[in-house]
Amino acid sequence: MTKNQATLPRRTFVKGSLAGLALAGAGSALYGCSGGDGASTDTATPEASIGAATPGTQPDTDSVHWSQCNVNCGGNCVFQWHSKDGKVVYMETDNTGDAALQARACLRGRSMRRWLNHPDRLTVPMKRVGKRGEGKFEEISWDEAIDTIAEKLKYTIDTYGNEAIYVNYATGMYSATGRQPGQRLLGLLGGYVNQGYDYSTHMLSAAMPYMYGSAANLDDDGNHVTLGKPATAFSPYDATNASSFSEAEANSDLVVMFGNSPAETRMGGANAVWDFARVREAVNGRGGRIINIDYRLNETSSGHPDEWLPIRPGTDAALVNAIAHEWIANGQVDKEFLDAYCVGYDEDTMPESARGQNKSYKDYIMGTGYDMVEKTPEWAAPITQVPADTIRALADEIASAEAPFIVQGWGPQRHTNGEDVCRAICMLPVLIGKIGLPGTNTGQREAEPSVYLVGSLPVKNPITTTLPVYQFINAIDHGHEMTATNAGIMGADKLASDIKFIWNYAGNCLTNQHGDINYTHEILIDESKCEFIVVWDTVMTDSAKYADILLPDAMRSEQMNMQTQGYSEYYTGVVVGTPAQEAPGECRSSYDVCADIADKFGLKDSFTEGKTHDDWVRELYEAGAEADGDMPTWDEIVEQGVYKRELAPAIGLEAFRTDPAENPLATPSGKIEIYSETLAEIANTWELAEDEAINPIPVFTPGFQGYGSVTEEYPLYCTGFHHKSRTHSSFGFIEELEKVARQQLWINPIDAEERGIEAGDIVSVVSPAGEIRIEAKVTPRIIPGTVAVPQGAWHNADMNGDRVDMGGCVNTLTTYKPTPLAKGNGPAHSMIVQVAKA
Amino acid sequence: MTQYGFYFDSTRCTGCRTCEMACKDIKDLPASIAFRTVYDYEGGTFTVAEDGTCSTDAYAYHVSVSCNQCNEPACLAICPQEAISKDAETGIVTSDPAKCIGCGSCTTACPYGAPKVNEDLGKSVKCDACSARVAEGKNPICVDACPLRALEFGDIEELRAAHADGVAAIAPLPAADMTDPNLVILACPAAKEPDDETGFVANELEVEGSVD
Repeated sequence: MTKNQATLPRRTFVKGSLAGLALAGAGSALYGCSGGDGASTDTATPEASIGAATPGTQPDTDSVHWSQCNVNCGGNCVFQWHSKDGKVVYMETDNTGDAALQARACLRGRSMRRWLNHPDRLTVPMKRVGKRGEGKFEEISWDEAIDTIAEKLKYTIDTYGNEAIYVNYATGMYSATGRQPGQRLLGLLGGYVNQGYDYSTHMLSAAMPYMYGSAANLDDDGNHVTLGKPATAFSPYDATNASSFSEAEANSDLVVMFGNSPAETRMGGANAVWDFARVREAVNGRGGRIINIDYRLNETSSGHPDEWLPIRPGTDAALVNAIAHEWIANGQVDKEFLDAYCVGYDEDTMPESARGQNKSYKDYIMGTGYDMVEKTPEWAAPITQVPADTIRALADEIASAEAPFIVQGWGPQRHTNGEDVCRAICMLPVLIGKIGLPGTNTGQREAEPSVYLVGSLPVKNPITTTLPVYQFINAIDHGHEMTATNAGIMGADKLASDIKFIWNYAGNCLTNQHGDINYTHEILIDESKCEFIVVWDTVMTDSAKYADILLPDAMRSEQMNMQTQGYSEYYTGVVVGTPAQEAPGECRSSYDVCADIADKFGLKDSFTEGKTHDDWVRELYEAGAEADGDMPTWDEIVEQGVYKRELAPAIGLEAFRTDPAENPLATPSGKIEIYSETLAEIANTWELAEDEAINPIPVFTPGFQGYGSVTEEYPLYCTGFHHKSRTHSSFGFIEELEKVARQQLWINPIDAEERGIEAGDIVSVVSPAGEIRIEAKVTPRIIPGTVAVPQGAWHNADMNGDRVDMGGCVNTLTTYKPTPLAKGNGPAHSMIVQVAKA
Repeated sequence: MTQYGFYFDSTRCTGCRTCEMACKDIKDLPASIAFRTVYDYEGGTFTVAEDGTCSTDAYAYHVSVSCNQCNEPACLAICPQEAISKDAETGIVTSDPAKCIGCGSCTTACPYGAPKVNEDLGKSVKCDACSARVAEGKNPICVDACPLRALEFGDIEELRAAHADGVAAIAPLPAADMTDPNLVILACPAAKEPDDETGFVANELEVEGSVD
């Protein structure tokens, strides 16, 4: 194995060449086509390989079929398959219309053929034959699979009631007809426990409504329950609570990013990474600047390292506090705005219940609050690892900007203190009144499209009980004890039952993407707890190993498909496609299978309403087209595949800023609640553990396994990040992607040297929850004292043996401890570990 | 004659490898062979102060490179079979599989590592700038794949004129005087000169041989 060289040798010709580098340390196997195990080159047919060797030729194809990428980066980029004899040969992406508005697939999308035609595709229905979780299955008929599922559903409903059924969080298939058939079926059977929040924005979705507005304060007409005016509730997925990147492009002179790297989370060509490239060019072009606050020199700032401000993960709120301190000390806050639009900045706007108790934000910052600590830059420096002078300069720079666009990704909130961090970051634009104005943002992630052109297969769930998604393992283990005030149950005072039946369609959150796999495994394998698990997928994921019945799903490119634009591009669109190839083996569409299950209950007609899957797609499209008025006809869209158009830039909370009396927020006061009485009430009434706190103002708290928690045994902070080779765990088995974007632990040379670790070494990473093995990337692109594991790698451990995860899945390291308010997956990015050469 | 070449905007490149994977898809290449390669080049260090705070001059950037259809192709010069030729109309450099014996001379001679030997075929294979697509008036697939619109293809003189601030090489590419490549690069703020000795190729394992 070669090591990183300090410099690439500069010699004459051959020796100084990249070819020399490529050859270093490699034998003839370097160029081997077959790669040894067959699996790595399964899709390279001999004919095609010779084609590659024959210059000037193109693959022979006979048809074009449209489709889109359906995984959960949210991009929904466009596929244009070129097929031959009913088999996909290669892909072009969106090459229609204006080049700037093409939903170009990223490296993963361009590798979708490797997934479609992978030898590991599940092709037959199976039932478990070993112990649950062992991954031992045998083939069964579709009839047996459908009979078994129907029987288990009947048994579960008869024995425990519908609230013993849970549809697990899963996002491997975003499509108008992907996951909906299962939910439609279960709804017809009496319903199931709903998912609350999601693994992407768990803490933020729970906490932000207390600051920017909650649907709980709206009546059925969308009016504020006490103020009677149309009001806006918070959502992380709209263009109301955040500004679009196109707005920053048009009008901002400073962009401040907290834990936001569209180059890694929004990689498609009509996605935020492209929007952001244009933001940078426009902002720099008018003399403005980008600041990227992250613990890594992420790919969004690669090439532009001066934009990077390194910070210890999980300490963003401490940095915010110190900036706020400087602004307050220097008279730079917009007191007029704070008085008119906000509650709780200082004593002047504190609610009656909290007045005169030093509970305001200003008290907290200036050292007269509950902790009596002044949040100076010198206070924040050792916490954040950002020098005090740098903090002062940053405070000045933001305060001097005419139109600062302050934006957080979803990384900062995915910490154990995330409920406070996400609100704290929003304090920056709030304090200086730079909100709802041209070129500014609300502190939230860039806006998502306000327009969706088509709907999806209708689902109706008569049950309102809602479980925070990260709580599903607790709900399996002791659901009957879980209430609104001890477990965050929503839509009901408590759970009616333990979860006894899991429906898991196209998702890997049973284990891999959930957390604390070693603990989760123990709960899932106990068949007296969750009695039945049905999994639908296309390949054998770690979650699929826990199935009692495992069903092979047809992929979207193998059936009529439709989906809107993704949720992060600033355009609206829809893709409709016909099958590019036949699904392998006995794979079926989930719609058809669910119709057959419904039939066992005499509900087939209710399920289908007399329509085939393809009828539904057409009906949904035509309903959307009629409502929109500008879309192509059905025949036209089938021919052209994609329809899209740009949307106008959006300014978050613009209406509120323009006229707060007529356009209040859906907070109790109708204003931005820096101090939330509701949160104070929750803090007083919920059952919390001693180390848990819910704070009415956005404060810095270290959080579980956060700042200050490292020990001699676990001396490093550890966190996860989104990696280009996967969308979460989707694509995690594609060898061609692993080759170009390896699963590597990021570790600073200072930390590596102390441990004798060199680039390329296999290291052991041990946390209180488990151990992984992973290759080291020794790099100055990560702050010292913290290591990072790309999330989503496939768990690969002998669960009956040492449980050392050779796959390097970050959730082997995370500890299962839901956050205080959201009951969410904060531990996903809050870990402590030791690293050693394996 | 129109000499074709590539333009690469390193200010936009995020190192995503989409160009590489689009190429691998249409050319049906296995994990072990890439006609277009993305290099991660990085350097710099951290300084930790007494109070635990940090300062850094760390940098990182990416270079996407394929065959540069050079004016003085080292592969062509060294080929003992005269299998490699440069098209008189387009300047695109190709290898004739009927003549190639797979000796690998070209792979070692090319300072960009562009030609590869496909051991199964016993032939040298390389980027032909998707010449069949180009003949149809399309771009090479890598160019139309780039989510950042960081690649362009065309008459090299026109590309050089359109990007007057472009350079012919940045690290870790070799100096352009070796083979006179038909490549224009817009250097990002982090970019170093070809003879840079401060940084290193950070993804050697991703640009070398097969995964094992």
